[in-house]
Amino acid sequence: MTWLNAILQGVLLGGIFAMAAAGLSLVFGVMRIANLAHGDLMILGGYVASVTAAHYGVPVPVTIVVSMVAVGALGYLVQRSMLDRAMGIGELAPMLVTFGISVIIPNVLVQVFSSDAQPLPIGSLGTASIDLGGGLAIGWFPLITVAAAVAVLSSLHLFLYRTQPGRIVRATSDDRAVVRLMGVDNRRVYALTSVIAFATVALAGVLYTMRQGGVTPFEGQLTVLFAFETVIIGGLGSLWGTLAGGVVLGVAQSVGAQISPDLPLLAGHVVFLLVLVFRPQGLFGRSVLA
Amino acid sequence: MTVQTAPAAEVTALPPVHRGGRATVLGLTGTAAVLLAMAALPYLVESGVTAQLVKLCYLVALASMWNLLAGYAGMMSMGQQAFIGLGAYLLFIVNDHGVNVYAGTLVVSAVVALLAWPVSYLAFRLRGGYFAVGTWVIAEVVRLIVVRFDSLGAASGRTLSDVTADPVLRRAFTYWLALAVMAAAVLGTYAVLRSRLGLSLQAIRDDDTAAGSLGVNVTRGKRIIYITAAAGCAAAGAVICVNSLGVASPTQIFGVQYSALMVFMVIIGGIGTIEGPVVGAIAYFLLDKYFAQSGVWYLIVVGAAAIVVSLYLPRGLWGTLAHRTGFAVFPVRHTVRL
Repeated sequence: MTWLNAILQGVLLGGIFAMAAAGLSLVFGVMRIANLAHGDLMILGGYVASVTAAHYGVPVPVTIVVSMVAVGALGYLVQRSMLDRAMGIGELAPMLVTFGISVIIPNVLVQVFSSDAQPLPIGSLGTASIDLGGGLAIGWFPLITVAAAVAVLSSLHLFLYRTQPGRIVRATSDDRAVVRLMGVDNRRVYALTSVIAFATVALAGVLYTMRQGGVTPFEGQLTVLFAFETVIIGGLGSLWGTLAGGVVLGVAQSVGAQISPDLPLLAGHVVFLLVLVFRPQGLFGRSVLA
Repeated sequence: MTVQTAPAAEVTALPPVHRGGRATVLGLTGTAAVLLAMAALPYLVESGVTAQLVKLCYLVALASMWNLLAGYAGMMSMGQQAFIGLGAYLLFIVNDHGVNVYAGTLVVSAVVALLAWPVSYLAFRLRGGYFAVGTWVIAEVVRLIVVRFDSLGAASGRTLSDVTADPVLRRAFTYWLALAVMAAAVLGTYAVLRSRLGLSLQAIRDDDTAAGSLGVNVTRGKRIIYITAAAGCAAAGAVICVNSLGVASPTQIFGVQYSALMVFMVIIGGIGTIEGPVVGAIAYFLLDKYFAQSGVWYLIVVGAAAIVVSLYLPRGLWGTLAHRTGFAVFPVRHTVRL
């Protein structure tokens, strides 16, 4: 039963990874930028929520919206002021810009808030659970994160495949030059994509912070790995693959922890490397080598 | 515009192609002079100075290796700390078996080159940003495996068992070791780039698809570079280990900070040039020496500088200078004189 429980908890953990990976996948899919600052933006989202809750007395659920708006706005600024220019220079430049951001964010957070954990308490929701009997229980909060992940991924899917702006985003991803010939300013498409991506990253970050009970400045170095692993395990260009990738990674870590408390990270990484060896295109993807 | 048909005799006499010429001789002479002067330093200055230069030497070596990867083979690795850490940790094993740390450095880089060969098959499954993070994950896996060995100090690092006892001699030896590693990294890069392999690498750097279609074996070239860079980083890791008489913490020696540092030095100095990483390493060395005590602000400035340089000075300090003046200490370009 403990093993079944480990798998169950792993599936629930996967919700957060999937949501974190959604923004990463979107930015890469549309702009071909591998956002190395992804993990740090998640942590930044967590900080925004934590600080607005602790210092301005904003109710915790509202902090989610505050964080998404703030980080989404940051996404607009970063895209317009840096990434647009970097994308004109070459392949390496956008990656270097996100690399620079990934150095700046945690150090600014240390400077302003020290390296102590910033709490984001969610009260009894953190411990409440549904008892399934036989030692199995599903926590309400992990269940909410999975539901949120499914909601975010479905909305993204609907947006990309059922709306006009979504179609333009996909067209830009295929060929930006042609889209420009059609009279669409691709920079506006990129800005829109960045805002959406950054906002979902913030949501993932806030949920991650709630799950952990708090957040410290350098956790982004870990979460960025999880997000990338999720995308690659699931397969590039497949939103449902991303969900599956999150679940696989979550189960790997959770089962690893069940074997030995110092194993979850190694187990997750090893599963990722095994996927690379035996199924480099990911579980549901077309090709990672694109 | 009129098209002139050249007489047949002139077609067979191709215009002369030059590379470097006098600059090659001057550059190498100058480099030899600098290296000789640096080698003589332990006899001339107090050991505090050479102790600081050890750091500069391994920074130059690391930057040169990352430049080979990203600047010539388009591989933006964020996982070179895997090989830096392995270099340091394998030095413990070699040292425990009675090999002195100086010869051990050579052994360690050879072993790491062998280890990097199968690893490259794994890493090459990915490209671009995914390659960056994939190599980072590999480094994490190496760290998580290394800390499971109690004989290597587990999670708390360990000290070298057998080092030169006399502190003055030890410092001098450590410095010469670092100097040798640096010279090998820079001059090795130069030698490789002037070879046939170097020509294909520069083609890969400019456009790997085009290079491939012209018959350049892109994957082979990349693999050789990946393995070479691993060996170089291992040697630098061994130097770091000898310099601090051991490893203080596995988290530090396997830290992604090393890759971040390498990115920074190469971008500031100028990616895709041999001199750029040297300039970048010197720039970082000075920044670190004079501003490190200002704590996190200094790191924020480092991050901001990386962004500003990659946006507004994408060739870097040396690259911009070389582009404007055509000057090179280590010329690898061919020029046609008409």
